[in-house]
Amino acid sequence: MTSFEFLLQQGINAISIGSLYALMAIGLAMVFGILRLINFAHGDLIMVGSYTTVLLMGAGVSFEWAAIAGIAASTITGLVMERVTYRPLRGAPEVAMLLTSFAVTIFLENLAIILFRPTSRPFFLPGLLNPVLEFGHLYISGLNIIAIIISVILLVFLTLFVTRTEAGISMRAASQDLVAARLMGINVNYVIATAFAIGSFLAGVVGILWSARVGKIDPLMGFYPVLKAFVASVIGGLGSIPGAVLGGYTLGILEILLQGFLPPALTSFRDAFVFIILIILLIFRPNGILGSSERDKI
Amino acid sequence: MQMLKLEQVKVYYGHVQVLKGLSLEVEKGELVSLLGANGAGKSTTLMTISGILHPTSGHIYYEGQDISQLDAKDIVRLGIIHCPEGRRIFGGLTVLENLRMGAVCRKDKSRFQIDLDEIYSLFPILRERRKQMSSTLSGGEQQMLAIGRALIAQPHLLMLDEPSLGLAPIIVQGIFKVIRQLHEKGITILLVEQNARQALTVADRCYVMETGNIVLNGSSTELGANPEIEKIYLGQAPEAGKL
Amino acid sequence: MERLQFKKVLLILLMLVILFVLLTITNLFASGYIKRIVIGLGINIILVVSLNLSNGFTGVFSLGHIGFMAIGAYTSAVLTLPILLKTVNLPNLFPWLGNLEMSFLPAALIGGFVSMIIALLVGLPLLRLNGSYISVATMGFLVIVRVILINWDTVTRGARTFSGVPSYTTIWNVWIWVVLTTYVVWQLKNSSFGRQTMAMRDNEIAAQSLGINKLRVRLLAFCLSAFFTGIAGALWAHFIMSFSPNSFYFTKAFSVITMLIVGGLGSISGSVVGSVAITILSEVLRNLERSFNLGFIHIPPLYGASQVIMAVIFILILVFKPNGISNGKEINFLKITKGPFLSRKQKEVF
Repeated sequence: MTSFEFLLQQGINAISIGSLYALMAIGLAMVFGILRLINFAHGDLIMVGSYTTVLLMGAGVSFEWAAIAGIAASTITGLVMERVTYRPLRGAPEVAMLLTSFAVTIFLENLAIILFRPTSRPFFLPGLLNPVLEFGHLYISGLNIIAIIISVILLVFLTLFVTRTEAGISMRAASQDLVAARLMGINVNYVIATAFAIGSFLAGVVGILWSARVGKIDPLMGFYPVLKAFVASVIGGLGSIPGAVLGGYTLGILEILLQGFLPPALTSFRDAFVFIILIILLIFRPNGILGSSERDKI
Repeated sequence: MQMLKLEQVKVYYGHVQVLKGLSLEVEKGELVSLLGANGAGKSTTLMTISGILHPTSGHIYYEGQDISQLDAKDIVRLGIIHCPEGRRIFGGLTVLENLRMGAVCRKDKSRFQIDLDEIYSLFPILRERRKQMSSTLSGGEQQMLAIGRALIAQPHLLMLDEPSLGLAPIIVQGIFKVIRQLHEKGITILLVEQNARQALTVADRCYVMETGNIVLNGSSTELGANPEIEKIYLGQAPEAGKL
Repeated sequence: MERLQFKKVLLILLMLVILFVLLTITNLFASGYIKRIVIGLGINIILVVSLNLSNGFTGVFSLGHIGFMAIGAYTSAVLTLPILLKTVNLPNLFPWLGNLEMSFLPAALIGGFVSMIIALLVGLPLLRLNGSYISVATMGFLVIVRVILINWDTVTRGARTFSGVPSYTTIWNVWIWVVLTTYVVWQLKNSSFGRQTMAMRDNEIAAQSLGINKLRVRLLAFCLSAFFTGIAGALWAHFIMSFSPNSFYFTKAFSVITMLIVGGLGSISGSVVGSVAITILSEVLRNLERSFNLGFIHIPPLYGASQVIMAVIFILILVFKPNGISNGKEINFLKITKGPFLSRKQKEVF
């Protein structure tokens, strides 16, 4: 394989992973933008969707329907999460909301452990959806291409939504100034529910793609994805949807670079690196790589 | 009939009592101004009427209906539109998108374009800048946008909070000219202003607030001649536009 | 005023005497099981009270404090491990360390100091941040500590169990530290330093305009709390005698935070009550995780059930009683201090 082919393969890999991070980060960004809540339980939506899919497939349901059900399960779980735990806490200080999202994570993860055992289960993707494309010496996983195509389609729809529809513009308005949005008569409950619904839907999609990539699922599978999504959000500027997309792809590329160029002895430190990057960003560029280095203005 | 009536309204902000039994009235078609120094509770009063804050005791009546505990979105749909202090336009949205947000509460969206044209004729600069990101507008333009956005919501009662804040004197003149025009069109207006001089030129009646309560009220002519006001608010009030 | 002082001192002495009596009775008559719970409770109280110093007083909500517990535990464990065991379990240890075998108190103190120094290094960059950002950054600290623990296996045995730690922890030395920690934190709270932290917590900008140095106040609270957390870690290491990096991760962190919130942020007596309540509750729930027979129905072991229930309790507390059992104030007779921090009355509107 020539170095060009290698680069291409890794490049596609990076963009594919970046897409997943971007979709996850958008969900986090939407919710943070309006509520100033870092929803760590967002990661568990991946888990909920994946388990639903796997269980249904185990019961004989075809992959397409199982996947749709999985995505629906994620969406519904997200909406329930909002209604039951976050809405009663509206107006509470940031810290309380953050802690609550932790409690929800622990609740969901341990519930899954009780119901499904802590061991991992395999996730089967029908061969049709995961061809290996050959170009001479170059092997590209079809899954990567599919992930990229789906992500792009979703991003296009999302962009149309936030720029052309009243609901979408209302969401942007609410994330910029919640009080002013209320003064315009915007129904904040609907806006927040919509943000959760969209974010959870995206998490559901990511769940299927991620599980297919990794090949297995387990109750704690959502932990690292949400962490990375958070880092991606911070890279692009917390609360900004385009920032989330930018951050997601940046992180994907960064990760593949680290994987490729990091001496093997240090690869187990990779997770720590993610956090170190996060901390450095928070200290020097809390508003993302494009934003200012100003912290809260008075 | 009074359009708006506040009766002994008490409001807390955290643990601090900001309104201590406030009562005031606004008749239909009037332009009433609420004056007072910083911290008197004027903005809190508007926030309470518009439903962002709620009174712990006392009542707010709008056209006879008790709206004291209603949520903001319902109050907006009754026709009370609050243009908040500091403009608070949506900086990341374009001018047109901001105006669209004003129309969210309207039941009848078909007239949007017509009303939009009316706003543009009132504030021609907004038409020019309609595709621009509103954070790039100047202070005066942002104030026009805020008022335009409030007008698109078709207010029966329009509440303006410190429209002159931070604006150059000539811009302030322009804004108040528009306010006068709106008053002439018959829109009921409740105007909060620190700039008492300007307010007295447009208002029919004024209330003066001090630490959570009304201390003076009367028609503009009465108050204009009142030495108390001269002393406290005109003598020590900042020049229009400067802070 | 003097009578009040006299009364207070008398009350404190009375409480200490009661504590002494209770501990003696437990030590002499209670079963090993109960004794273990009492020791565990003591360690939890130290963890929660020291966490309160950082989280409850300064508004810096650290999620990674268990990292300091780990540092204290491993430091003390390595220092006190018998030389013979060191050659077996940690063969590649630095020679000066490999030939060292300390007694408990110096080792624990060193554990506390190492934690404190690391807290200083970590705090300098991180404590400038605000709100959720600090919390997430400290979470990062915890992850980084764990990664280091897993990878630095010449010293820590990596992901494998670190066992053979001599059993130095007794009811007495734990509870002496409990009293010491509580005393120190209490004194701090009621000193001018304490007032500064409260001022900063409630209105940062106003406090800074009064000349209170935000970073210095936060750093002091953070480092001191890390010290005691490190000590608690050492005590724990010599109590449980074998552990691994997994013992010091989010499960433990969440458990301590639950005790803190249930007791009430900012209230020391609340922390004590919260620790007692949750420690006992955890024990009860842990028994649920064993399989048991309900009449003729056999319920299989529900691993994770206690966590689920704790999570629900945690959320309920945050929604209905966010200031905990104590309401953010110190309980009863002693000076009523600053009120609710997590209040949700009409706040940040403007």
